[in-house]
Amino acid sequence: MSSMGVAVDERIKETSKLRKALIRPELGAIVGTIAVFSFFIIFAGDSGMFNAQGVLNWSTVSAQFMIIAVGACMLMIAGEFDLSVGSMIGFAGMSIALISVTLQWPVWIAILLTFALCIAVGALNGIIVVRTGLPSFIVTLAFLFILRGFTIFFPQLIERRTIIGGISERAEGDWLAPLFGGKIGGGFFNWLADMELIGVFTRGTRMGEPIVNGIPMLIVWALGLMVVAHIVLTRTQFGNWIFAAGGDAQAARYVGVPVNRVKIQMFMFTAFCACVFATCQVMEFGSAGADRGLLKEFEAIIAVVIGGALLTGGYGSVIGAALGALIFGVVQQGLFFAGVESSLFRVFLGVILLFAVILNTYIRRIITGER
Amino acid sequence: MEPYDHNPIVEMRDIEKHFGPVIALNGVSFDIRPGECHCLLGDNGAGKSTFIKTMAGVHKPTKGAIFFEGRQMSFDSPRDAMEAGIATVYQDLAMIPLMSVTRNFWMGREPIKRVGPFNFMDFKTANEVTMEEMRKMGINLRSPDQAVGTLSGGERQTVAIARAVHFGAKVLILDEPTSALGVRQTANVLSTIDKVRKTGIGIVFITHNVRHALAVGDRFTVLNRGKTLGTAQRGQITPEELQDLMAGGQEMVALEGSLGGTV
Repeated sequence: MSSMGVAVDERIKETSKLRKALIRPELGAIVGTIAVFSFFIIFAGDSGMFNAQGVLNWSTVSAQFMIIAVGACMLMIAGEFDLSVGSMIGFAGMSIALISVTLQWPVWIAILLTFALCIAVGALNGIIVVRTGLPSFIVTLAFLFILRGFTIFFPQLIERRTIIGGISERAEGDWLAPLFGGKIGGGFFNWLADMELIGVFTRGTRMGEPIVNGIPMLIVWALGLMVVAHIVLTRTQFGNWIFAAGGDAQAARYVGVPVNRVKIQMFMFTAFCACVFATCQVMEFGSAGADRGLLKEFEAIIAVVIGGALLTGGYGSVIGAALGALIFGVVQQGLFFAGVESSLFRVFLGVILLFAVILNTYIRRIITGER
Repeated sequence: MEPYDHNPIVEMRDIEKHFGPVIALNGVSFDIRPGECHCLLGDNGAGKSTFIKTMAGVHKPTKGAIFFEGRQMSFDSPRDAMEAGIATVYQDLAMIPLMSVTRNFWMGREPIKRVGPFNFMDFKTANEVTMEEMRKMGINLRSPDQAVGTLSGGERQTVAIARAVHFGAKVLILDEPTSALGVRQTANVLSTIDKVRKTGIGIVFITHNVRHALAVGDRFTVLNRGKTLGTAQRGQITPEELQDLMAGGQEMVALEGSLGGTV
């Protein structure tokens, strides 16, 4: 083939490095994160929000959002969404409680069985969506009700109540439970306390122990899931298939991308994330409640959209979604630290969602040349 | 060397395709040889789409035989046809606008780089090859990360064509690549077709625009109501004759009279 000289198109403006660095899906979330932190440093800087205990407080809440946001983000990029996440959280927690407390089976078996069950439900969601071609909105809305119904029905039937406790006692000495309910870095925090960098309890049963005695596994899971999901999405073949499946399923099929398989696997991953959330929560509280996880599916979707993902699929960023979750956690806890009425959190959610979507639509137009 | 001296890469003999009571194709024969551009013309509903989908493995013919490099073949899926070397560039489904040029180019066949136990997509190679292949086709990309949505319609077709060529297509089916394009972009796509043909790839060019067909075609086959109306070689047929064949003769003469010969 003869290679011919190519004229440079004079109508294409040189784009500056700064502009190029700014124009990315996460921009809205980065701006939001900076704004939120600035706000609370000014208005709640001396309230204890930014000492070791305060940081741990909002980090834990953010990590909860982050775990489900990562799953929702991958699924949304693959072109689908899952409204059953919240119900799945309640369902998974109750499943662990019933198996370990009511049936008196070891906690590790309860955890593994619950994961298998949740992932199977996720797969079922996915299979129904790809086989019938129905919108995932409807299919997962059905599962929102089905799972929540079971979550209330089974404990009522078996135990005559909807909150089941006693999991902490059952989990003692279990090899798998600490992976969700434990803490790491205890030695490091002891050392920090010895160096007088963080405070120690001055009275009570834990006198002399550091106020923060480790990083909860919840946070480790959140960061781990975020990093793995980000790498899979941006650096691997499978990640390219996720973008392709959500961008245009038919075009992807024409070049041999197994679109249905990818979508089903993303439903399974979302269910996995919901199950991680539920297991961490159950291990932390020592109990499971039938109302756990209410509205979580929408919070996850809002975090993902703030993070720059497109509701119709094919575009988005896991880092953005994680920042969206961080904004959530910081604001929810920050309002408490700043002494503001907590119902205003909902108002804030609505407002920031609207702003984020408007900003992201504008950025995306620049990137993709849509008009 | 004239293309007619070669044996056909793909030969379709007496293809019939019925969809229930509807006879979409009623005995169509067609062949494509290395290095030629064989234009398939026909008005809307003539059966062009059904015919190329049969060739691309989307439909199975009800009757008739498909020979690939002399051997009878039966494609079960588009993937089968693709692996044999028959690539199709569909008019509107060629590219995903939100994804980068590189991601589109390699979609479904991403290059892999092993790091320890993990497989990563080799973006360095992918970007270099994409830039190089696009340069060969006469398009200078600003960056391989650029979203396909920022490209013009003609450039998108070119990315799809470059992709098919890079992955070793022997036959390239182009489904109305020029129908939605402006004059300048059409010229670019036609010149790309010419470049690809010179590498020995056989091109099936589907169009209902006689002028576009005559600009690059070596042979012309006209479909009308599911039948071939004959195949002509370049120079044996005038644009007017071709137009008449496509429209089905008499009615067109009457129409043209009333429109003053502008169609």
